[in-house]
Amino acid sequence: MNTSNKPAPVQIYEIYIKAKPEKIWEAITKPEWTERYGYQGPAEYELRPGGKYKASASKAMMTMGIQGTLIDGEVIEAKPPNKLVQTYRMLFSDQNREEGFSRVTWEIEATQSGFSRLTVTHEVEGKPIMAAMVSSKFSETGTGGWSWILSDLKTLLETGQAMG
Amino acid sequence: MSESDDKVFKALADPTRRSLLDRLFKHDSLTLTELESKLEMTRFGVMKHLRILEDARLVITRRSGRTKLHFLNPVPIRLIHDRWIDKYTERRVSALTDLKAQLENAG
Repeated sequence: MNTSNKPAPVQIYEIYIKAKPEKIWEAITKPEWTERYGYQGPAEYELRPGGKYKASASKAMMTMGIQGTLIDGEVIEAKPPNKLVQTYRMLFSDQNREEGFSRVTWEIEATQSGFSRLTVTHEVEGKPIMAAMVSSKFSETGTGGWSWILSDLKTLLETGQAMG
Repeated sequence: MSESDDKVFKALADPTRRSLLDRLFKHDSLTLTELESKLEMTRFGVMKHLRILEDARLVITRRSGRTKLHFLNPVPIRLIHDRWIDKYTERRVSALTDLKAQLENAG
């Protein structure tokens, strides 16, 4: 067991969103949606086992000189609109690249009165930089990471506008 | 979902529950035995606190073989932050900026 201050090798993020699972699935897998919340980079998925995944720099990042593919990976399982399992590697820096592929599982389940539960399970064992980035431990203001992305996704789907 | 906000605020309004969250933030997923080891409290008492945290969705449990592991889910706190804290701190910042502009123009 890890008793140090290191972030956990498995991180779980859960959020309730007032939207149908189909809508949440689209918001995760379609570039026209991923451009509207979180880091706003267009994501492209080939939704079949072995299919490619990549997320590119957003328009705002491009104006700052950041270009190209920032995250890549492979689809392991795609069961729309309820389950997506993929690998996930960050390409922001050489250290990110060296840490290699982690595994992300998205689970979407309809709950009650129009809400769905979205759970993101990120297996980050042996990837301390990625673990710290996705749990926003590097950020003084606490922005960035899955909590921030999911909160913004919720705002977008429930109000039609991201927090910005 | 203001009902879920209520649950989060209530769950956070207790020092034992905040210390349980702090330990889950620092460490890997923890078992009930590990969580109760640092507390001067009966197992039943710790379980009661964990139930309140689970009900507010601040703690999520997963089974791993025969053990039940507890994980911190930070998302409800992020939502409270985005809904309640940001709103007032941003206003405060813009109020200060306005004041600065007023003072500079007056000078």
